[in-house]
Amino acid sequence: MKAGILVFPGINCDNDLKLVLNRVYNFQTEFLWHTNSFKVEHDIYFVPGGFSYGDYLRSGAMASRSLSLRSLKDAVSKGIPAVGICNGFQILTEASLLPGALVKNKTLKHIARWENLSAEGLFKNNFTEDYALPISHSEGNYLCDDNTLKELIENEQIIFKYKKNPNGSTENIAGIASKDYKILGLMPHPERAVFEAKDWPKNNANFGKLFFDFIFSKIYS
Amino acid sequence: MVFLDNMKTEFADREGTLEEAVKLGLLKEEFELIKEKIGRTPTFTELAMFSGMWSEHCSYKNSILLLKKLYCESERLLASPGEENAGALRINDKYAVVFKIESHNHPSAIEPYQGAATGVGGIMRDVFTMGARPIATLNSLRFGMPDAARNRYLLRRVVKGIGDYGNSLGIACSGGELFFHNSYTKNPLVNAMTVGIAKVENLASSKASGIGNSVLYVGAKTGRDGIHGASFASKDLSESSAEERSAVQVGDPFLEKLVMEATLECIEKKLVIAVQDMGAAGLLSSSSEMSSSGDVGMDLFLEKVPARETGMLPFEFMLSESQERMLMVVKPENISKVREVFEKWELDSAEIGIITDRKKLRIFYNNETYADVPVHALTVNSQGAPRYTRESKKPNLKISEQIQIDDFEKAIENKDIDSLCSIIKEIISHPNLASRHPVYEQYDTDIGNMRVIGPGQNAGVYRLEDGKEALSMTTDGNGFYIALEPYKGAVHTVAEAYRNLASCGSMPLGITNCLNFANPYKPENYYFFKEAVTGMSDAAKEFKLPITGGNVSFYNESEDGPVLPTPTIGMVGLIENADKTLPAHLISEAQVFIIGNFHPSLNASQYVYIREKKSAGPLPEINVENEIKSAELIFEANNRELIASATDVSSGGIMTAVLEMIFYAKRRGENLGFSFCEKLFENRYFTQQKLNKDMFFFGESAHTYLVCVSLEKKEDFINLLKEKNLPYAYLGTSNSSEFLKLENMNLPLNDFYEAWLNGLAEYF
Repeated sequence: MKAGILVFPGINCDNDLKLVLNRVYNFQTEFLWHTNSFKVEHDIYFVPGGFSYGDYLRSGAMASRSLSLRSLKDAVSKGIPAVGICNGFQILTEASLLPGALVKNKTLKHIARWENLSAEGLFKNNFTEDYALPISHSEGNYLCDDNTLKELIENEQIIFKYKKNPNGSTENIAGIASKDYKILGLMPHPERAVFEAKDWPKNNANFGKLFFDFIFSKIYS
Repeated sequence: MVFLDNMKTEFADREGTLEEAVKLGLLKEEFELIKEKIGRTPTFTELAMFSGMWSEHCSYKNSILLLKKLYCESERLLASPGEENAGALRINDKYAVVFKIESHNHPSAIEPYQGAATGVGGIMRDVFTMGARPIATLNSLRFGMPDAARNRYLLRRVVKGIGDYGNSLGIACSGGELFFHNSYTKNPLVNAMTVGIAKVENLASSKASGIGNSVLYVGAKTGRDGIHGASFASKDLSESSAEERSAVQVGDPFLEKLVMEATLECIEKKLVIAVQDMGAAGLLSSSSEMSSSGDVGMDLFLEKVPARETGMLPFEFMLSESQERMLMVVKPENISKVREVFEKWELDSAEIGIITDRKKLRIFYNNETYADVPVHALTVNSQGAPRYTRESKKPNLKISEQIQIDDFEKAIENKDIDSLCSIIKEIISHPNLASRHPVYEQYDTDIGNMRVIGPGQNAGVYRLEDGKEALSMTTDGNGFYIALEPYKGAVHTVAEAYRNLASCGSMPLGITNCLNFANPYKPENYYFFKEAVTGMSDAAKEFKLPITGGNVSFYNESEDGPVLPTPTIGMVGLIENADKTLPAHLISEAQVFIIGNFHPSLNASQYVYIREKKSAGPLPEINVENEIKSAELIFEANNRELIASATDVSSGGIMTAVLEMIFYAKRRGENLGFSFCEKLFENRYFTQQKLNKDMFFFGESAHTYLVCVSLEKKEDFINLLKEKNLPYAYLGTSNSSEFLKLENMNLPLNDFYEAWLNGLAEYF
């Protein structure tokens, strides 16, 4: 498998993602720089976390207008899957590849910790009852209008909900999918839950891998 | 660039005056010394340059003579203290750890958000300037008590400033420390440390060399921000300091991220002869220090400096502390390659000068000369800046007999569960001892994917990306101790950091220090400084740990008086096999032992400070040999896989340490109870030292760890203790109850956990 990882100035989770894809899944990975359009020749695309262009305007607003994003739109229109994590999720919503928007946390603070999640939609029943992933964001408060929310629910597009809402997200939403599930966006960081730390909650070491295993084997197999 | 050999030597600038010199923070005799050094009256620009370079902040003039005596020997040493931007120690054949701690106290007192943010930015640059990629950052913070609104404001904004900058830059926060004491009310302490990894072959230098090489300016444009920040940091804070907000710089972490990536790329591609960031005193300090340490001269043409304001004067260009800027020396043939890298990262770069053989720093602006001074006259390492030994006078220190409290003892005797609970809760919920999660949950702690142990425990431990090793890191400082016995207190400070690293199973490698003291011109203040620095150095020597550099911050006082003298230690250690890192949480079906020469004292303890609002010497006894003996037992036991976890006994004593082990387990989703053993008060420590129970549970002691051993390893572990002849006592056993069992009393752990968890949280 060959994964393309979109990189914008200020993105800082690119290498973390690459480590997981290389070391655990034996993927080939390629960083795709923002000033270039790219040839659609990858099996999957990732838009990683960070602070693209400093996120001084709105999170993801600048990145969503870059050349590489145009290529990404081209790729997803051809049915190639794309996964946005954290800033990547924000970028995908700014690019209108996913509905809604992510605004400042209700607490106005950056929040970095494990959050318990319930898996929804196609993800339901594939994740344990105690499933959790680490979050680390200042702007993870998912916002959408009532119609969009209705659609998300009706089409089972919500993939993860927080069990205890940390940031004010509508409907406790932590992650969503496009209607056809070809595009995923989530605020939690599965790529950070792969290489075990000794002070993590004791059952969580496998949780990041569970996410990738699931999307690679069930969603995008 | 044209080599301006025949540039006219008459100055466009007028002469500076003594009055201006004094206004710029120089002494009258220093003005005379400048005249002597350059053989004439300095121009105004030159005067401003001397005032920056000879400020306390840049010249260390009142501390350098002592700092030069700091112990710094190690086979691993790759950069000598003060000569490069940060300390560097070899980890293995391929990699070095690069680390340093620095203060940003005064800016944070005036503008806490930007002050703290740019403190983080500055220390990151010191590390990546060396060619090292930062892997983790720590911060050591001191504030006045958080029940006052102003202190809460400073606390929240400093934490947010650190978080926003580090998170955006994408460097994990691995830990630090936070203490409250009213002396820090108007002058909080904000010390930031960064740890990075460099390939040994890629370690970059700040020594300029190669006559005719180009001087390249890269990064942010220059503005008027932070002008005279270095001088600002070199005087006491006062009411009028608030008006000096323009001396506080504004940070841009996004730009720093670009500068970092571009700089590391240039170094990796071996395009850089020398590089230094523009920190305090900006272009002035970087240009003069780089040329002085390389024993060359430098001509700078300021009209070429990218500026974001118009009408800036030469001295403003030189002294601006605009953030996120670097100065590089590059061979002419590599200029275009370097600029290509910087263009990729969309950064400004400009050729602003040239290396000469004159050993002078010459400043030109629009073909006019503004300064022409010998580089060695400006800098401290070349002995250009003056060096003073200040007068030192021992103040009256509060050395009393042992402070005795027996509230806990009485409560145990009376089986008074309510009192026991209320004492325990008072201690563990105090902001000095409560859970730090409200702070570190605002920091990205996992980015980089190398975390082994994050903040909140004894030390942060992060893996190397390439290899089996992990690095451990901690910051420690104890103003409460230093204020009573500065020499011994400094030994304790080093030992505490050592224990924090050892309890993770890591071998300490080296030290960086941040020396936060008050005005050195007051002999009592200087006494603390001198004693503490000497104690630290002697301890480092005994531990065989090099002090690889750091920073001095004087003038930490306000009209309310000096802060507690607070030398902070940053220490890094190595674990050869990251998988063998010891955590600090209790495990099920295990026994906990106290090991080491446990000699508790309540005198300067947090227990007495929290309950009686006082503290007095003498400090707990400390012996470095015993420290090493205890630590070596941990290493040996860990190598033989006899122990599951360990923690040292520090602030809050054994009770706090036991509870923290239980709480760490709870944070991992494991609810455990703990029973103190039945014959607890018959253990060797009691029988030999006639301990009082308050002192046993809450006294602070050096050389001591709590070690958690699974039942099946117990026997082997005890044999090892006996073999090594290390004192120990059995403390108790973990169980699956919800209680802390003491003398047949069941104390509710959930209440304690809530108290600990919320103690600090209520102030955020």
